[in-house]
Amino acid sequence: MLINRNGIWSIYRTEMARTMRTVWQSVATPVITTALYFIVFGGAIGSRMQSVGGVGYGAFIVPGLIMLTILTQSISNGSIGIYFPKFTGTIFEILSAPLSGFEAVVAYVGAAATKSVVIGLIILLTATFFVQVQILHPVWMVSFLLLTSIAFSLFGFIIGIWAKNFEQLAIIPSLVVTPLTFLGGAFYSIDMLPQPWQTISLFNPVVYLVSGFRWSFYGVGDVSVAASLGFTMGFMAACLVLLWWMFKTGYRLKP
Amino acid sequence: MPSILSISALEKHYKSGLTALGGVDLEVERGEIFALLGPNGAGKTTLISIVCGTVTKTSGTVLVNGRDIEKDFRATRTTIGLVPQEIAIDIFATVWATVNFSRGLFGRAPDPVYIEQLLRDLSLWEKRNSKIIELSGGMKRRVMIAKALSHEPELLFLDEPTAGVDVNLRRDMWAMVRKLRDKGVTIVLTTHYIEEAQEMADRVGVIDKGRIRLVEKTAALMQQLGKRRLTLMLKRPMATIPAELAEWPLELQAEGNQLVYTFKADAEGTGIPALLRRLGELDIDFKDLDTERSSLEDIFVSLVERT
Ligand SMILES: Nc1ncnc2c1ncn2[C@@H]1O[C@H](COP(=O)(O)OP(=O)(O)OP(=O)(O)O)[C@@H](O)[C@H]1O
Ligand SMILES: [Mg+2]
Repeated sequence: MLINRNGIWSIYRTEMARTMRTVWQSVATPVITTALYFIVFGGAIGSRMQSVGGVGYGAFIVPGLIMLTILTQSISNGSIGIYFPKFTGTIFEILSAPLSGFEAVVAYVGAAATKSVVIGLIILLTATFFVQVQILHPVWMVSFLLLTSIAFSLFGFIIGIWAKNFEQLAIIPSLVVTPLTFLGGAFYSIDMLPQPWQTISLFNPVVYLVSGFRWSFYGVGDVSVAASLGFTMGFMAACLVLLWWMFKTGYRLKP
Repeated sequence: MPSILSISALEKHYKSGLTALGGVDLEVERGEIFALLGPNGAGKTTLISIVCGTVTKTSGTVLVNGRDIEKDFRATRTTIGLVPQEIAIDIFATVWATVNFSRGLFGRAPDPVYIEQLLRDLSLWEKRNSKIIELSGGMKRRVMIAKALSHEPELLFLDEPTAGVDVNLRRDMWAMVRKLRDKGVTIVLTTHYIEEAQEMADRVGVIDKGRIRLVEKTAALMQQLGKRRLTLMLKRPMATIPAELAEWPLELQAEGNQLVYTFKADAEGTGIPALLRRLGELDIDFKDLDTERSSLEDIFVSLVERT
C-alpha cells in the first residue's frame, strides 16, 4: 500500500455525508445572504452608483461576494473538519490509521474545498437572477475558485489543529479574515480609495484574491493576474509547509 | 519469525514533565492473550497509545512483526486494531456507516459480507441502521470493538474492555476474545479486574509507575506466588497449639475453633497428609475443612506494595 486510497476516500465520503446531513443549512445560508447583499448593495445602493471600470455596480460585486463566501466557508469547513474529531476524541482513529498526514490533509481539505466550490457556484447561479454576469475567462475563473477554496481550507485546517477551544476556533475568522475581506475590495475597486489607503490595501492578501477573480469575470483587476496567482499559490505553499511541520511533530494532535 | 510485538527501552516523558514510561521492555508472542495489569496511572494506556500511534514516544524502539512503528507505520498500523479506554464515535453516524468507515480508513476494500458477520457476532446486526446516539453504553462499546476489528487486525489492543460493563456483557466479551484468539489474533488487554486477567490471559504483565514489574505465565504465576490456606473447623476448641505441631506454620482463629495452615504448593508437596496424620495421632478431630488459593489480586497487591 503506497497510498491509502481507501482511507482518503473513506474520510472524504464521510465528510461529504456530514455536509449532506445539514445540506439545507449549508446551502440556504449563503444563498439567502447573497440575495440580501444584492438587494441592499446591488439594488438599493447600486442603482445610485455609477459603474466601476465600465461594469455595473451590481455585476461588479459578484466576484467579490463569491470570494467573501468562499473564504469564510473554506476556513470554517476546513477547521471544523479536524477540530470536531479532536474535540470528541474520535481523532484517535485517524491518528492510529495507516494514513500519512498528507493523506489526511488531502481527504479533509478536499472535502472542505469541494463544499466551498459548490457553494461558490450556487452563489454565482443566484447572482444571475439579479444581474447580468459575464465571464470572460471561465477556465481562469474556475482555477481561481479551486485554488482559493483549497488554500483557505488548508488555512482552516491549520486553525482547526491549533485551536484548543471553540473561542479560538472563531477568533481568527472573525478578528482577521472578516475585516480583511471587507477591506479587500469586495465591494469597491481600490482605485476608489484615497491615498494612503490605496497603498496600504496592497498589503491586504484578500485584495489579490478578489482582484484576480474579478479579472477572470470582467477582464479588469486592481493588481496584475500574475500577482494574484502568485499570491494564492504562495499562500497555499506556506500552509502546506506549516501542516507538514504540524504532522511531523504531532503539534496539538499527539501528546 | 519475529515476535508480534517487541518493545525495548521505551520511555515517555509528557510535556508536563511527567514520566509515564520509564524504560519498558516487553515481548508479546503471536497468538497469545496478554493482560497488562496495573493501578491507575501506571502507564498502561500510554504504552498502548504509543504502539498504536496516537501518542509519540520519547525514546526506545517498538517493533510490530519486526517492523518499526514509525519508519514502517503503514505496515504496522494495518495489522493493529485498537479499542480505546474511552468511547469515542461520531454520534450522528449509523453503526453500519461508522464500522465501514473504519475498514476503509485502515486501507481495506469494502467487504459487506465480513462486516455483516462481524456485526452479527457482536449482536449489533439489528442495530446496523441506528445512529450511535440511540445506542446504550454497552452497545457503543461493542461498536468500538466492531470498528477495531473491521480491518481484520492481527494484533488487537483492548484498553479496559470491560470497565463499566455488566456481568453478562463481560462474559460475552471474554467469549469473544477467546474466539478471536482461536482464530489467531493476538490480544493485549489492560484491566483493573484481576479475575479478568486470571480467567483470560495466557500471560500477565504487571506495570506500575511506568515500569514493568513482572511478566509471567498466568498459571506459573499463580503457582509460584500463590499461597494456599487450609482451614480446619475443629470439633473442640483449642487454647494453644500443641508443641507436637510446631513444624507446621499454624494459627488459631475464631476463638480457637479453627486451625489455619498456610502453605506454598511446590514440588515437594503440600505437607497436608503429614499434618492430618499427626492430628489423628494427637486425637484432634475436625468436622470440616476448607482450602483457599490466594488470587492474582493478592499477588498483585503484594507486588505493587513492595515497590
Ligand atoms: N496527555 C497527557 N499529558 C500529560 N500527562 C499524561 C497524559 N496522559 C496521561 N498522562 C499521565 O501519565 C501517567 C500514565 O497515564 P496512563 O493513562 O498511561 O495510565 P493508565 O495505566 O492507563 O491508568 P488508568 O488505569 O487510570 O487508565 C498518569 O500519571 C497520567 O496522569
Ligand atoms: Mg488507562
